[in-house]
Amino acid sequence: MKNYRLQLMVCAGTGCVSNHSFEIKDALEKEIEKQNLQNEAQVVLTGCNGFCGAGPLLVVQPDGIFYQLLKTTDIPLLVQEHLIKGRPVKKLLYTPPEEKIPIPKMMDIPFFSDQTLIALRNRGLIDPENIEDYIARGGYKALAKVLTSMTPDEVLAEIKASGLRGRGGGGFPTGVKWETCKRAHGDEKYVICNADEGDPGAFMDRSIIEGDPHAVIEGMIIGAYAIENVRQGYIYVRMEYPLAIKRFQIAIKQAREYGLLGENIFDKGFNFDIEVRRGAGAFVCGESTALMASIEGRPGEPRAKYIHTVEKGLWERPTCLNNVETWVNVPQIILKGSKWFTSIGTGDVSIDPWGGSKGTKVFSLAGKVNNTGLVEVPMGITLREIIYIIGGGIRDGKKFKAVQTGGPSGGFIPESMLDLTVDFEELTKVGSMMGSGGMVVTDEGNCMVDMAKYFLKFTQDESCGKCIPCREGTKRMLDILEKITNGDGTEEDLILLEELSNMIVESSLCALGGSAPNPVLTTLKYFREEYEAHVNDKKCPARICCQLNTYTIDEKICLEIGHGCDVCKKYCPDGAIIGEIKKVHYIDPAKCSKCGACYDVCNFNAVNIQ
Amino acid sequence: MAKLKIEDLDKITEDVRRKMTIREGGGNVKITVHMGTCGIAAGARTVMSVFLKEIETHNVKDVIITTSGCAGLCSKEPMATVEFGDQAPVKYIELNENKVKKIFDDHVLKGKFVTEYALSIGSERIQ
Repeated sequence: MKNYRLQLMVCAGTGCVSNHSFEIKDALEKEIEKQNLQNEAQVVLTGCNGFCGAGPLLVVQPDGIFYQLLKTTDIPLLVQEHLIKGRPVKKLLYTPPEEKIPIPKMMDIPFFSDQTLIALRNRGLIDPENIEDYIARGGYKALAKVLTSMTPDEVLAEIKASGLRGRGGGGFPTGVKWETCKRAHGDEKYVICNADEGDPGAFMDRSIIEGDPHAVIEGMIIGAYAIENVRQGYIYVRMEYPLAIKRFQIAIKQAREYGLLGENIFDKGFNFDIEVRRGAGAFVCGESTALMASIEGRPGEPRAKYIHTVEKGLWERPTCLNNVETWVNVPQIILKGSKWFTSIGTGDVSIDPWGGSKGTKVFSLAGKVNNTGLVEVPMGITLREIIYIIGGGIRDGKKFKAVQTGGPSGGFIPESMLDLTVDFEELTKVGSMMGSGGMVVTDEGNCMVDMAKYFLKFTQDESCGKCIPCREGTKRMLDILEKITNGDGTEEDLILLEELSNMIVESSLCALGGSAPNPVLTTLKYFREEYEAHVNDKKCPARICCQLNTYTIDEKICLEIGHGCDVCKKYCPDGAIIGEIKKVHYIDPAKCSKCGACYDVCNFNAVNIQ
Repeated sequence: MAKLKIEDLDKITEDVRRKMTIREGGGNVKITVHMGTCGIAAGARTVMSVFLKEIETHNVKDVIITTSGCAGLCSKEPMATVEFGDQAPVKYIELNENKVKKIFDDHVLKGKFVTEYALSIGSERIQ
C-alpha cells in the first residue's frame, strides 16, 4: 500500500455526480500526476456528504478543508496552492450566507457541526465500493459480536431496549416487529430492506446505500440472526436509483467473497444471503404489502392488513420488513449498546415502546432554505434549529411561511409551531408526520393552496386504484382544489374538501390514501385565510395562482427602462399584448388568458400583478 | 479472498488504519512542513519526502503530515513543526535529511524534543 499523506475525498453521491464530480476526480488525478504528487495524495470517491446544494464537493484530509462548487478549471490552482504549499484556496471555500469570511474547515461549518451522525456516520470517510474501508470503521464488528457472544434472544432484547422505531415513516417499534415475526409460526422466514423511497425530495435512503451499503447488509444479517429461521433477505430498490443498485450489488458480492454472506458465516453455523430486487418506481410499492407483491412478481397493490406481514408476508411466510435507515442503526446499537442509543432522543421507551423517539433521524432539507441537503439530527431537536441553524435560514432574506414534513403525504406546519420538537408523536399531533423524513420549507412567496394541490396531485397520480376512497376521493379533492385555484371555489367547497379528506383518511386500504389528504387538512387548519381569500375575494395572496391575478404593464418602466423590448409580446400565447419595439406595451384584458408568461419573461419587472 | 475469520476484522482495520487516521483528521502526532516559496527553495520537498519515507519504514499509523505556507522566518527554512499528543508544538529549523531522521526517531516516535534543532517551543499567538 502506498504511503499517502493526503486523502482527497471527492463526493460521489448522485447529487455531486450530476454536477460532474467524476470529472473533478479525473482532473485532480491528472494534475497530481503532473505535479508528481501521485505518491503523496490519493483521490477517493465517497458517498453523499449531504451538502448537495454546494456540490461538487471535495474534502482534503487530514486538514478537513471543505471545498465546494468546484469546476475542473479550479483544480490546477487547488493542487498548486493547497496540496503543495498548504494554503487552502479561499475562493473555493464555503462562506455562510450574509457573511464575508469563508470557513475553511468542514467541522466548523454549522451545517456539519450541528449534526449527530449514526446512520450517516461513515459519510465522506469511506469508499463505498471498498469493504475494507467499511471494516476499518468498525464494520462487521457488530456481526462478529452477535455471532460470538449473543443469543438471538439477547440481540432482540437489545434492539427492543434501544427503542429504535421504523425510520420509513410509520415509527413502529423495530424490536416489537422483530419479536412478532420471530414468534410467528413457520420455519422459513424473510427479512426485507425497503429501499423504494418514493417521496419526491427525499433521498436519505439512496444516500445511505450509495455511501455505506455494507452497513445495511450488516444490519440485515443481524436482524436475520435475531429473528431466526431466516435464510434469505431481499433488498427492494427502485430502478431510478442505478448507482444505489450498483453499489449494493458490489457490496453483496464482496460480502459473499469475504464469507459474510452465505453458508456458515464466521464459522458459527449461521447461513444467510441477500438478493437485490428492482422495482419499477411506483410510489405505492414503498407500502409493505404492495412491495412484497411486487417482489413476488405480481402488480404492486396493497392488501388489507388484518393479517400482518410479520405473520404472512412474502410468499405467505412471516416477513420482517424494515427501512434502509432502520437497518443501518442496528449494528451501532449492538456495538454501543441500547443505553447509549436511548441517551439520544425524547421520551421513555423502557415500558412503552411507543413512549418516545430515540436516536437520530435523517431529513432531506429542501425548498426555500439556504443549505439544502441531507441532515442527521437527534430526535427532539426543534424545527427552528434545523431550518435556521443547519439549514442556514430562508433564502434571499424572505419570510418563513410553513414547513412540510414527511413527504407528499405529510402536513404543513406554520411558523407559530417552529419550536415544536421533532419526534414521531409531536409531528403526528399537529397533523403532520415523521414520514421518511422529507422536509420542504416554504416562504411567503408560496401559495398554500397551490402547495396542497401540488402534493395531492402527486399522491393522486400514484394511487394504485385498488380502493375507491383513494382512487376516486383524491381525484374529487383535486378537482375541488383546481376549482378553487381557478377562482370558481365556494365556501361549500371548503366544507366538502374537509369532509372528503376525513372520509379518505378513515376508509382507505393503505397508508397512501390514509395520509394523502394531510397537506390539504393541515393547510385548511393553519392557513384557512388563504383558502378564504381564493374563494371569497378571488385573490391569491401569494400571487401564485395566476387565474386569480390581473396582469398589467407599468408603462413607465416598460418604456424608460425596458425601451419597449417586445419580449413579452413574443412569449404571449394569446396575442394579448399590444405594442411595438421601442414603444409602450399594453395587455388587452379581453384576450389575456392569465397564464403569467409575460410576468416570467420580463427582464425589467415591468409587469404588475394585482 | 478467503473466507473471513473474526480476527481478520482487526487485521484489516490495522492495515488500513493510517489511511483512516488521515481521513478522520486524527493521529497522535502532527507534522507540518512549511512549504512557502522560501521553504520549497531551501529544500522543503526533501524534508517532506524524508518524513514520508520514515513513516513508511517505521510503519507508523497515527502520524499525519500537513503543509502550510511560509512561517515568516525565511532565513531558517526549511522548517517543520511537530505536535506530539497534547505537548506544545515545536518548530524545527534549517532541516536536512539527517536532522529529519533524528527528529523522527526522538520526537515523532518517542515524544522527546530535539532541542538542538529547535527554534522554539510553542506557537506564536494568533489574534
